[in-house]
Amino acid sequence: MAEAPLLSVEDLATWFDEDERVVRAVDGLSFEVRRGETVGIVGESGSGKSVTSLSVMGLVPRPPGRIVAGRVVFDGQDLLQLGDDAMRRIRGRRIAMVFQDPMTALNPFLRISTQMTEVTRLHLGHSRADARAHAIRMLETVGIPDAEGRIDDYPHQFSGGMRQRVMISMALSCRPELLIADEPTTALDVTIQAQILELVSQLKADTGTSVVLITHDLGVVAGMADRILVMYAGRLFESAPTRELFARPANPYTRGLLLSVPNPLQAKGAELYQIPGLPPDLAETTAGCAFAPRCERAEAVCRSTPPPLVRLTAERESRCHFASELFQAP
Amino acid sequence: MLRFILRRLFVTVPMVLVVVSLTWGLIRLAPGNFYTGEKPIPPAIEQNLRQRYGLDRPWYVQYGRMLGSVAAGDFGISLHYIGQPVNGILASALPVSALLGALSYLLALVVGVAAGVLAALRQNSRLDYASMTAAMVGISLPNFVLGPVLVLVFALSWYWLPPARWNGFGINLILPVVTLSAVYMAYVARLARSGMLEVLRSNYIRTARAKGLPERTVLLRHAVRGGLLPVVSFSGPALAFLITGAVVVERIFALPGLGNYFINANLNRDEPLIIGIVAFTSIAVLVFNLLVDVAYAFVDPRVRY
Repeated sequence: MAEAPLLSVEDLATWFDEDERVVRAVDGLSFEVRRGETVGIVGESGSGKSVTSLSVMGLVPRPPGRIVAGRVVFDGQDLLQLGDDAMRRIRGRRIAMVFQDPMTALNPFLRISTQMTEVTRLHLGHSRADARAHAIRMLETVGIPDAEGRIDDYPHQFSGGMRQRVMISMALSCRPELLIADEPTTALDVTIQAQILELVSQLKADTGTSVVLITHDLGVVAGMADRILVMYAGRLFESAPTRELFARPANPYTRGLLLSVPNPLQAKGAELYQIPGLPPDLAETTAGCAFAPRCERAEAVCRSTPPPLVRLTAERESRCHFASELFQAP
Repeated sequence: MLRFILRRLFVTVPMVLVVVSLTWGLIRLAPGNFYTGEKPIPPAIEQNLRQRYGLDRPWYVQYGRMLGSVAAGDFGISLHYIGQPVNGILASALPVSALLGALSYLLALVVGVAAGVLAALRQNSRLDYASMTAAMVGISLPNFVLGPVLVLVFALSWYWLPPARWNGFGINLILPVVTLSAVYMAYVARLARSGMLEVLRSNYIRTARAKGLPERTVLLRHAVRGGLLPVVSFSGPALAFLITGAVVVERIFALPGLGNYFINANLNRDEPLIIGIVAFTSIAVLVFNLLVDVAYAFVDPRVRY
C-alpha cells in the first residue's frame, strides 16, 4: 500500500450537454489502479464505464461532453491539467486503449502496417524499417499466423477475433504502463472471447502492464480482475477484491447483478432473476439513492437521502445505507 | 478488375444504341425538316433534296444508315454547315467543352473540398454556417440566372472581365467557369462536409486519437480518405451534369463548344450533327462513370470488382 498508485481518479465528474438537459454520465467517481494490477469496471449500459475510460484518455468529445470536476492523476501528474501536446505524448505511449468493436476501430482505408508503424514511429522514434520489424514481432506475439505476410493486408481481410488481436498488439506496441480495454470481447464469439482474454492476461503477465477492463459481463472480469468496481448511474456502488465480491457482495445492486447471471446448476425451467425496472435517466437528479426505485432492500431513507460510500475494509467500499449490515450478514 | 472494365465497356454498346435510336426517333417525330423555312420550296427542288439526302427511302433504310454511321464513328456531313463533316465539327468543339468542363470541375473540387472540410472541422461555427448558406444558394440558383448576373456585375458594370466569346485559354474563361462550377462547388462542399462529419465521429478516428497521433495526421492520413469518398462517387454523375450544364453556359457566353453546337443543330434540324453530339456525349458519360468506379476501387480497398 505504500507505493503510490499508477492511476488515481479522484472525484471525477463528466457531464454531457444535451439540448436543454445535462446528462451526468460520470458523477463523483474515485478509484485507484496500482502497478501491475487488473481492475475490472462492471455495470449496465449507460452506467458511465466507457465515459470513465474516455475521460482518463482525454478523449471525451467536447462539446457536448465536459469534465466538470475531479483529478485524473497518472504517475503523479494530473492528466486533466496537461496541455494537448503533453497529453498526446501519454496517449498511445504510456496509456493505451483497446475498443469494443474491432470491426470499426481499425481504419478500413489503411494497411495494418501503416496503422501499426505510425504509433512506434511517433512515440519511440522508430525508423520505417525498425517500426515494421517491431510491428511484425508484435503481431506474432498476439498470435497472428504469418504475420510477415499479412502485415500489409487491410483490416477487412481479417476476421473479428484477428482484428482484435491486431488492436491489442497495436495498443501494446509502445509497452504502455496502463492498458484500458473497453469491452474488448463484447463483439466477438464466445470461443474467441476466451482466446482474447487469455491473450490479455498472458501479455499482462509478460509486460507487467496495469489493466483496466471495462465490461458488462461479470464472467469476463471474474477470471481476470484482481479487483472489481461496480458502477451504477455514473457512480461507484461497490469496490472489492474479485473473490470477495463474488463471495459476499455488500451492495444490493451487486447482489442483483450476480443473481442475474444464469447458473447452469439451477433447476431447468426455473426463472432467471432480473433486476426490475430500468437504469435511471442521468439527466434527472434524484434526492435519494439512484438505485432505490429498483432495489428490493429500499426503505424510506433510500428515497430521501443519497447513500454514502461506506468503507468496509481496507479493500472494500459500498455505496448503500445498509452497507455494513449487508457486509456482516450476507 | 480487367473483366469488370471489359464487361462495362461491352454494356455501353446497347446503351448508346438506345440513346441514339430514341434521339433519331424524336427528330423524326417532330414536324418539319432541315430545308423547311418561311418560304415554301418548289416541289422539284424539294424532290431533289429528298433524293440527295436519302429521305425518299423507307424509314428503316434511313435508320440503318444512321446506325451504320454511328458504328463506323463517321457521322457524315452536316446538313447546315454545308460541306463540313460532323467529325470535324466535333473535333473543333470538343477542346472548348473539355477545357470548360475540366476547369469547372477542378475549381469545384478545390473550393468545395476546402469549404466542406473546414466547415466539418468547425461544425456549427460561423464559417460552417456561411459556407453552407453559400452552398444552398449555389444549388438553388440556376446557371442561366447566375451567368447573366455575373456578366451584368463583372463585365457590364465594373468592366473587370470580358462578357463573352472564346479566346482560347485565358481571362475570357473566368466567368463561364465560375458559372458552370457554382452548382458543383455547392454539392461538393455539402458532400465533403457530411462525409467528413461522419468519419470524424467514427470509431477508427477515436482509435487514431487514442494512439496519440497529432490532429493533423488524424485528419490527413485517417479521415480524408473516407470522408471524401462521397465526393468521388459524385464525380460520375457530376461529369454528366457538366455536359448538360455546358449547353446553357456555352450559349450564354457564346463559346463554340459541343453544347452550343448542339443547340444550333437542333434549331437547324441538322440530323447528323445532333446524332454525332448525342452519340459522342453518351459514350463520354458512360466512360466517365466507369473511370469513377475504377477510381473508387483504388480509394477504398474493400471495393473489389
